[in-house]
Amino acid sequence: MNEPTGQAQQTEWMCVKCGLPLESAQVKVAYLGNAYPVKLLKCPKCGLVLVPEELALGKMVEVEKTLEDK
Amino acid sequence: MLTQSELHQLEDKCIQECAPACAAACPIHVDVRTVMAEISRGDFCAALKGLKKALPYPGIIGRICPQPCGAVCKRGEVGDAISLAALERACADWGDFTETPRVLPKRGKRVAIVGGGLSGLTAAFDLARKGYGAVIYEAVDCLGGSLWSFPEQVLPPHIIHGELAIVAQVGVQVRLNVPVHHDGLAGLRSEFDAVYLAIGASGETFDLALNEQGRIYIDPATFATSQDGIFAGGSLLRSVAEWSPIQSVSDGRRAAISIDRYLQKASLTASRINEGAYLTRLYTNTQGVAPLPRVQMASPAGGYSREEASQEAKRCLLCECMECVKVCEYLAHYGSYPKKYAREIFNNLSIVMGARPGNLFTNSCSLCGLCGAVCPTGLDMGAVVKDARRTMVKQKRMPPSAHEFALRDMQFSNSDKFTLTRNPPGAARSEYVFFPGCQLAGSSPSYVERVYGDLREKLGDVGLMLGCCGAPADWAGRVDLFQSALASWQSQYGQLGTPRVIVACSSCYQVFKANLPGVDLISLWELYDTPGWLDTLPAAVGGRPSAVSVHDPCTTRHESGIQDSVRKILRRMGYQIEELPLSREKTECCSYGGLMWLANRDLAQAAVRRRIAESQADYVTYCAVCRDFFAAHGKRALHLLDLIYGRDLNELAERRSPGYSSRHENRVRLKRKLLKDVWGEDMDGQSSYEDIRLIIAADVQERLEQRLILVEDIQKVIEFAERTGSKLLNRATGRWLARHRPDNVTYWVEYTPQGDAFVVHNAYSHRMEIVEDAKI
Repeated sequence: MNEPTGQAQQTEWMCVKCGLPLESAQVKVAYLGNAYPVKLLKCPKCGLVLVPEELALGKMVEVEKTLEDK
Repeated sequence: MLTQSELHQLEDKCIQECAPACAAACPIHVDVRTVMAEISRGDFCAALKGLKKALPYPGIIGRICPQPCGAVCKRGEVGDAISLAALERACADWGDFTETPRVLPKRGKRVAIVGGGLSGLTAAFDLARKGYGAVIYEAVDCLGGSLWSFPEQVLPPHIIHGELAIVAQVGVQVRLNVPVHHDGLAGLRSEFDAVYLAIGASGETFDLALNEQGRIYIDPATFATSQDGIFAGGSLLRSVAEWSPIQSVSDGRRAAISIDRYLQKASLTASRINEGAYLTRLYTNTQGVAPLPRVQMASPAGGYSREEASQEAKRCLLCECMECVKVCEYLAHYGSYPKKYAREIFNNLSIVMGARPGNLFTNSCSLCGLCGAVCPTGLDMGAVVKDARRTMVKQKRMPPSAHEFALRDMQFSNSDKFTLTRNPPGAARSEYVFFPGCQLAGSSPSYVERVYGDLREKLGDVGLMLGCCGAPADWAGRVDLFQSALASWQSQYGQLGTPRVIVACSSCYQVFKANLPGVDLISLWELYDTPGWLDTLPAAVGGRPSAVSVHDPCTTRHESGIQDSVRKILRRMGYQIEELPLSREKTECCSYGGLMWLANRDLAQAAVRRRIAESQADYVTYCAVCRDFFAAHGKRALHLLDLIYGRDLNELAERRSPGYSSRHENRVRLKRKLLKDVWGEDMDGQSSYEDIRLIIAADVQERLEQRLILVEDIQKVIEFAERTGSKLLNRATGRWLARHRPDNVTYWVEYTPQGDAFVVHNAYSHRMEIVEDAKI
């Protein structure tokens, strides 16, 4: 209960194909030739990265719009 | 892209910044709107300050001005013209603004002014402020000239003395009782750097060249006489009957401009437009303005009281044009007007490095052309915007997300899933071909079947073409996609033997008319309006509204024939028509046009709400998208085909339109059904993802619509995840989460299996890519 939310989430997600829990990792997201580092959950084996809904509909859209007008 | 000079031509077409008629007719161009606004607020000090920018002696002029402004005042069309002179006097009476005007540093040059009337005084005042040593030579013992000819009760002497004191305040030197006779001019000219002759109707000509009336000749633009460095103006140029105090002030001012330029060795003639009285190009619509009579003075001799002056100033219309802005949600939303907008668009396109703040603005216009239709000079911002979008695409600066959803929709409609080109069964060629367009097919596929059936029954050899005309690509500035859509349409059309095309959608009609001039077009509505047609067509009988308002689709703006036909059909079916205030050539766009609905969804909704609020009556339109957009915002709206082929109009007026996914499905089903029913053919196979069966709750479906995620996008994700095994499991919820990126967008779907189907719990998307995401 007192665990930080991030860790709780971390253990919630499994990669179905590899049968491993996702781990927090530094990954790169890119759009229109611009790349940024971001901490996301990732399968340690196959590398499948989880993009959560809040990120996709929040910060990502914001950055997308800014880059599109650049 | 526009060149600078094309931009200037565009800017010049917008007349919003032209002076109001009163200020243009005023020889010294008093900023009437500012002064009126201040008086109406009761701020006489601010009003006086504004007035004094143009007029050093408001108390004098306010009592004697012949008011050329009054003759052109737009308020005069709806009541009496504004009593501007009396209001100027009220500024002088009630305002307290005694600040000494600013004087530039001395330039070391001197000008002699011969004559201390209004013209000479004004020239001396202006020149002194510009830093010249100005000396007035006055023949009699006081300044003012003709001002002294007014009766005391009209122009009291203390007002003359009081206001003319301002001349001394800026450093003008005055030599009273010093008449200058014709032999004195040469002496003055050698003593001073320039001379201004403002000697009134004295008849003195100083051996200068004369005009046909025997008066001193001057260049009408510069007030220069035949002799270098000598200028002349004021009442010496006119007969006594033509004398006007405000004209004299203007002459003095214009001569001072010339003298300044002369002394600075600048051109006397360059850029001297709109000096003196002129006719403005500003248009101000007074339609619907309630007439108001002039505010009367309780004591005419005392002038307006403060309260009376405020009331009188409130009658001022503060003239402006804004014809387009008044009728367009888009132009109004950005708070300015086309002259400024054209410049902003141009500047936006000119930014090479860095953010372009005008992209959203450029992509928010519906391209509907209403601005051009109401503009007194015919300036169509839609054309400017469309050109700008093409430039953005060409420069590779068009935001990819702006129009992609619509372009994908178009791509779908022009794929094998929907396109169809067929001669009627058993015929080798078509005399007519029916092209219903993609949106009617997506919204009301059954009507397409019914219409096609009726057309074949009546006209015989009617072929069918299904597809999209390419309008979305045209609106998005994608010349490449537009041209290829047109080319492919044309080649399919050619296979039918170039028959006459019956078009149900006015956007298709416009696209073909403007781009394929060789194609013989007739709108379905014109056809239904021909003799022998309507009497035999069915008509909906249930839930008929007594009166309807016609919403003309914006793409029929200049198609009065189609508009007439629609109204004739409605009347013949017994409907009473209540015309909307903006209809026919002044109709509004439903916000689908120009892809406004996609590029700026909030603004688009405001545009729809504005349109549907214009009448309580049910709207009848003849564009499937217009109908669906209105209905989606709660307006009872019917398609003309509802009135013909529908059953219960009450129900149809309130029906919700199919969502984006259903529209795709409707198109596919329509093609499949027509192929089967009319030609006895089966449609070719499906893509693998189409076999994925989905269960989607209504609220989830609603969310997907909002997020522009189609059922087929979800099918593709699940098909991909199930085929590759690449998916995540949330151990807390037991749901799977998978993603797939078929093109430029990554879609995420949260789902669980149920029997041989999948329950979709949620979906979202993003355009950013994960670099080095899992390789399958």
